[in-house]
Amino acid sequence: MAAAGGFPEAARAALADAQLRRNLHVATHTIREKRLRATSELDDWEQLREAGRRIKERTMRHLDRHLETLERSVLAAGGVVHWAADAAAANRIVAELVRAAGAREVIKVKSIATDEIGLNAALAEQGIRAVETDLAELINQLAGDTSSHILVPAIHRNRAEIRDLFRAHLPGGAGLSDDPAALVEAARAYLRSLFLSTPVAVSGANFAVAETGTVCVVESEGNGRMCTTLPDTLITVMGIEKVVPRLADLGVMLQLLPRSATAERMNPYTSLWTGVTPADGPRSFHLVLLDAGRTNALADPVGRQALHCIRCSACLNVCPVYERTGGHAYESVYPGPIGAILTPQLAGLERGRTLPWASTLCGACYDACPVKIDIPSVLLHLRAEIVRRGRAGGGSGDAGAAGRDAGGAVAVAGARGHEGGRNRREAAAERATMRLAAVVMGGPLRYRLAQRAGRVTLGWLRRHPRLTRALPGPLGAWTSVRELPEAPEQSFRAWWHERQRRSR
Amino acid sequence: MRIGLFVTCLGDTLFPEAGRATVEVLERLGHTVDFPAAQTCCGQMHLNSGYADDALRLVRGFVRAFGDGEGFDAIVAPSGSCVATVRHHYGVLASDSGDAGLQRAVSRLAPRVFELSEFLVGRLGVEDVGAYFPHRVVYHPSCHGLRVLRVGDAPLRLLRAVRGIELVELPEADSCCGFGGTFAVKNADVSAAMLADKVARVLESGAEVCTALDCSCLMHIGGGLARQRTGVRTVHLAEILASATGDR
Amino acid sequence: MSDRELILSRVRAALADVPAGEPDTWLLEADPDPVPASYVRRRVMEAEQLVELFASRCADYRANVTRCADDPEAIRSAVAAACSRHGAWALVAPATLDSAWKPDGLLFESDDPPLAVEQLDRCDGILTGCAVAIALTGTIVLDGGAGQGRRALTLVPDLHICVVRGDQLVAGVPDAFALLDGALRAGRPLTFISGPSATSDIELRRVEGVHGPRRLEVIVAA
Repeated sequence: MAAAGGFPEAARAALADAQLRRNLHVATHTIREKRLRATSELDDWEQLREAGRRIKERTMRHLDRHLETLERSVLAAGGVVHWAADAAAANRIVAELVRAAGAREVIKVKSIATDEIGLNAALAEQGIRAVETDLAELINQLAGDTSSHILVPAIHRNRAEIRDLFRAHLPGGAGLSDDPAALVEAARAYLRSLFLSTPVAVSGANFAVAETGTVCVVESEGNGRMCTTLPDTLITVMGIEKVVPRLADLGVMLQLLPRSATAERMNPYTSLWTGVTPADGPRSFHLVLLDAGRTNALADPVGRQALHCIRCSACLNVCPVYERTGGHAYESVYPGPIGAILTPQLAGLERGRTLPWASTLCGACYDACPVKIDIPSVLLHLRAEIVRRGRAGGGSGDAGAAGRDAGGAVAVAGARGHEGGRNRREAAAERATMRLAAVVMGGPLRYRLAQRAGRVTLGWLRRHPRLTRALPGPLGAWTSVRELPEAPEQSFRAWWHERQRRSR
Repeated sequence: MRIGLFVTCLGDTLFPEAGRATVEVLERLGHTVDFPAAQTCCGQMHLNSGYADDALRLVRGFVRAFGDGEGFDAIVAPSGSCVATVRHHYGVLASDSGDAGLQRAVSRLAPRVFELSEFLVGRLGVEDVGAYFPHRVVYHPSCHGLRVLRVGDAPLRLLRAVRGIELVELPEADSCCGFGGTFAVKNADVSAAMLADKVARVLESGAEVCTALDCSCLMHIGGGLARQRTGVRTVHLAEILASATGDR
Repeated sequence: MSDRELILSRVRAALADVPAGEPDTWLLEADPDPVPASYVRRRVMEAEQLVELFASRCADYRANVTRCADDPEAIRSAVAAACSRHGAWALVAPATLDSAWKPDGLLFESDDPPLAVEQLDRCDGILTGCAVAIALTGTIVLDGGAGQGRRALTLVPDLHICVVRGDQLVAGVPDAFALLDGALRAGRPLTFISGPSATSDIELRRVEGVHGPRRLEVIVAA
């Protein structure tokens, strides 16, 4: 269920779950130290980050050419390229391809793009069953859960919870222990026959190289290799931002991604394929190029860099907000700091309207990002954009973005079509307060008078703590867990002027 | 050196002792401090809340107060986040305004503005400012100093040189305290959870005093420490550095 | 308008701020300010250093690494030892595998004509060579070339024994891409393998052995 109050409300529910907070604390703190070890091992790590940033930036600035080149290369290598302007188009293309292959079942490699467009549900409507083969995706599919992490979608669950799920859902799972090795073995046994017999697979893509048409999937378990090698038909759904121009660019990206994601020097398996290869792998290969709001983000010169993301999830793992709330509070398949800038741009500012505020701007995400996406600056930019549109449209307006919104059925659970009256009033009150503060601060005299009034008010509030805590709005929120500071006897400037007078 | 003090609106109004201490430390080192009275607020709250045009008003006000900085050898503030706003965001705000004069002034002014600890250690090359503070102290590296200004270990170098001090380690020190300006009230529950963890780490450290570069983070952490009646005080770094004779 | 035309026109409209004539691809060598981005494209290491680094990094990910001399007899006995460690007897070999690597007393089924996946699933293991191996990351790279065969061969069997020759070792990932350029441009599929299959999906802790081969034996013949 989407929370009407957006992130703050969804976060409140998550914070109340003590088990969730423990699970997240353990997982994020484990990976943080490991990531630092893995990245500090490379003497050119900072140069790689900068190279990664420049590759992505330049690619986005000429995306049309790279997409056309990619299309030509894939066709030349025996693949078929499809273009999908929105989620519905992509889902329709995939369903038709599956039907054309005569299949009622597909195996899937973890792909956030297909989660984003709600592919599994769309296929189910067509009578096609999609089986997730990534362990965490399988866990979520069995539990009826949505993803809460880019890399480890079931990070919100601990081993005991996973054991209980497997006991309930996997054939022969009754006596399972919570030993992760035993849980993994059970998943292997369950999926094995599907891998060996299913004729159609659906994957995402980590990268696609324009000059050769080579597609790259980075994974650990071998389910990616199974899906991209054994079936007759392979359908890859890829966001248009995943293209890189040259093979050599992979030499940079494949160093940045694993160390930032799982803190490994290299992930166990990376598959690269180019169209179809005689007597090796699928006999037909389809590449679906997905827009679904990406060109929206591309149109914003500041926000554009959100498209540089290589989905490593380092920003989630270091984020103090994510660490407390988990991914579901972001109500999007893209949670955490990157989600806070990506979701509003893909799905429209109105839908993700509270997300740019889901950050203290502490900057840990920017430091961790392997392609140096300046997430704090984009957050500020989106905040300003949302406020600006709110002003222009009296609080509800995101008509501009909605008009351009190519996302269509983007599966952002937090989608809200309109602001409630309370939210509108709060927004108006905030606007008035901010303007008043700016006007007051705009002149030293006004400022001094306000300072004095503020000190008096603060003194009064401190003498009436119970009343203060019961206040709605910022004062009540502040004093729910904190004392107000004491009001000093004189301001700094009063002291300064006194001192100047005395010294004269 | 002739130093302009940028005391910040929060420091001016609620935490004047941090500003007084900054003056004291700089004067003790033989520098001349001036306080341009036209200064008010840097606009950080407006900028961080999405009110860029209101923030721009305050950028203009800051430039009116300090000119293009030519009147001073440096401008120093007892705040990491306000200095970060000036140094890292004023340029963008000025260029978005399309006002060429403002852009010129900001491009000259912004690089002359320093946070106190980075100024003392990085610019003046001073670590021992002759302070005496016989207390068990823990240092919280606030985010803007740590990750935007990159003050590094400058504050710790200054603290290590303080006589009588017992510096203790803060576990998970680089975790944000959860203040984040309006974040503390807009996302009050998350902020409270972050604060609870920070307060717990401060208590774990066994310190009597928690210090930092920013009055804002200290107001938040101190508010939490006081609510829980922990007895741990928050004291701005400048005040520790200014303490010369026994307790302040 | 087709979705293709629609997307391309949206992209072009979105990029109105990009000056005409800007190169469409970033090249380190053409960057006017290359220093901050000058990552190491070619690492040079002594041969022995390469072997040692590769062996230790590969073993870090729970591959079993053995070293032997680069001659057929030494390789044969290393393969035999690897098989006996896992009780493997009936192996599959790519049609192009150097038969001098096959020890006596083991059964090798050739993948020519191609074996069914069920046959691959039933065998004890697969013996291959590789195209390139990366020392810094402990990675072997297969490109379907001589001694490697198609991708399914090294995927379905539960034991993969891979022989790496000294002259196939490079230091870093960019070095590997330089050597693999030809194979990629020829359209050959590549697989980078670093240890046995693994997952970090439960509490972000690594567990080895999932769908891909659960045991990886790497023989460094140098």
